[in-house]
Amino acid sequence: MAAASQRKPATLQFFLSAFVVLWLIAAAFPFIWTLWGSFKVELDFFSISDWTNAITGERTQTTHGSPFTDAGYYGAWIQEEFWRNVLNTTLVCIFVVATSLTIGTLGGYALSRSGYKYVFWLLIIALIFRAMPPITLVSGYLPVFFDWNVWGFLPTAIIVLVAINQPFTLWMLHSFFEGIPKELDESAKVDGCTQFQAFRQVIIPVMWPGVVTTGLFSFLLAYNDFAVTSMVLAEQNRTMVPAIAAFLGTTYTEGNVMFAVAAVVSATAPLFILVMFFQRQIVSGLTAGAVKG
Amino acid sequence: MKHKTLFWFFLPTGLAMLIFIAAPIVSVVMQSVFLPHEAVFVEVENCGPFGCKTETTIDQEATALLKKEAPLGRFAGLEVYFDRGHLAVSEVAEAWRTSDGLGEFFGELRDLPFYRAMAFTLTYTFVCTPLLIILGFAIAVAVNSLHRHLKGLVIFFSLLPMIVTPLVGSLILFWMIDSRGILGNFISYLANDPDLSLKASTPLVWISLIVYGIWSSAPFAFVVFYAGLQTVPQDTLESAQIDGATRWQQIRFVVIPYIMPLVTFVALIQLMDNFRVLEPIIGFNAEAHATSLSWIVLNDLGGETRQLGAAATTSVLTLLGVAILLSPVLVRTWRDFRGRT
Repeated sequence: MAAASQRKPATLQFFLSAFVVLWLIAAAFPFIWTLWGSFKVELDFFSISDWTNAITGERTQTTHGSPFTDAGYYGAWIQEEFWRNVLNTTLVCIFVVATSLTIGTLGGYALSRSGYKYVFWLLIIALIFRAMPPITLVSGYLPVFFDWNVWGFLPTAIIVLVAINQPFTLWMLHSFFEGIPKELDESAKVDGCTQFQAFRQVIIPVMWPGVVTTGLFSFLLAYNDFAVTSMVLAEQNRTMVPAIAAFLGTTYTEGNVMFAVAAVVSATAPLFILVMFFQRQIVSGLTAGAVKG
Repeated sequence: MKHKTLFWFFLPTGLAMLIFIAAPIVSVVMQSVFLPHEAVFVEVENCGPFGCKTETTIDQEATALLKKEAPLGRFAGLEVYFDRGHLAVSEVAEAWRTSDGLGEFFGELRDLPFYRAMAFTLTYTFVCTPLLIILGFAIAVAVNSLHRHLKGLVIFFSLLPMIVTPLVGSLILFWMIDSRGILGNFISYLANDPDLSLKASTPLVWISLIVYGIWSSAPFAFVVFYAGLQTVPQDTLESAQIDGATRWQQIRFVVIPYIMPLVTFVALIQLMDNFRVLEPIIGFNAEAHATSLSWIVLNDLGGETRQLGAAATTSVLTLLGVAILLSPVLVRTWRDFRGRT
């Protein structure tokens, strides 16, 4: 819309810019505010007397001798051992992303290379599975997990998250592989490769952009999950999100809200960095589904 | 690709989905129609190996035998579905008979947990979805008019509310609207009521949850619409302009019809996602004022008394709701498929 004939009158441009600024404030300000406030004491972040205390850190000054304090972070990471939860989340994310990409790539590639009718039905079933709220599936797992004594461990949660991830991974990778010309692996097969060799030698080298995008969304699903991890993991194996939820129960009574604030900021930071580096892939992943329908 | 090769390639992912998605759905349905074996306990008392004694013990043998005969538990049919915790058929009928007027009837329904959750879930779903589409579209149009160097920056910050963990995002907002937080302070200043607390009144809690819902999902609509706007054919816009269409008319009669398929796409995805609303209720600590179907399941599953049967029944009802919301998507996909072949 950059054509000269489309140039907008100044007032309209002003209103549009003002609207964008308003939205930016709504989108970004809560994060900045919470990041700033996480270095204060509770009486500043939740100030009864004067809200500007949260900016200047008046009480923090009197308590800790400086307008900034890492007491919240110390309390969360060391005292409440939040580092364990961070470690668990790291493990869960690495294994979920690696596994679901491995099996999802094979499946998505195979579906994109065969024109059978039932492939469509497989994709439809995957779409239905994608719509199932994870929490309803969890109530199906629990009795079995209790019976088999596998409840509470990280591998259990990892396998469940991989499976819940599959429908989405399959859809994304399927539509991505559709975009890679069939002639590539066809010609490799003519030269005497088996299907798997063709996949390994010809497709794997060119599939990374799609795999990275899909992997990002797998990562987000594993990282952000609450329903599965909070129900399937035992207390000592909790990942970050259920740990934060558990903080809420204890901190409101003990007055350690700042621990939860620090934990929340710690959990947001990796996502922040992720968006910074992979903004383009995230946007393309979000729109890929829309364009394909 | 041969059927056999396809089979081996698809096996791992197919197996994962079969075991961890398809099987649990079956398991949930089974759990919802069979009551667990605690019921055996009562029957053992009746048949009376310790007949005259008043003490109550579990007859291990009989329990084991019954368990062996009926490993799924006691068949209860739709009993759990109709009890007070779920569809509450008799309570609804009672309310219908005794209450004068619809207002009182709905008032009584609101005391039943399932209908209370349903009321919030549906309100949340059907209020959030249209509003976030409108907001997302407005942002997309506004951002599209910016200088291209600014666009990347705006998109970066816009993605944050959507990317961030839902529980974390809702906590961040919740702490701000706390009566001692910055927004809570500001709102009570605006309302000129120092004791105003957003957490205390049901309508205000609902509104803040819906605001969270819009805030966290509008970026998705924005990104999709923004991508759509890049592909609007310029010549159509120009000819509309030559024909004397105003800016608003161009949007109304060229842009909106062009991106209508995207609007449908966003609406369908968001209806399904909003229907499973769970994390904001926990983050906002709002279960006293608002519950959702997912929250009931979580609540039944967690805690000391894991009420698996009750949770399974609510899960099945939730799945039915999802199925209803999903059916238009399926019809659409089917039509696309038919159109392509």
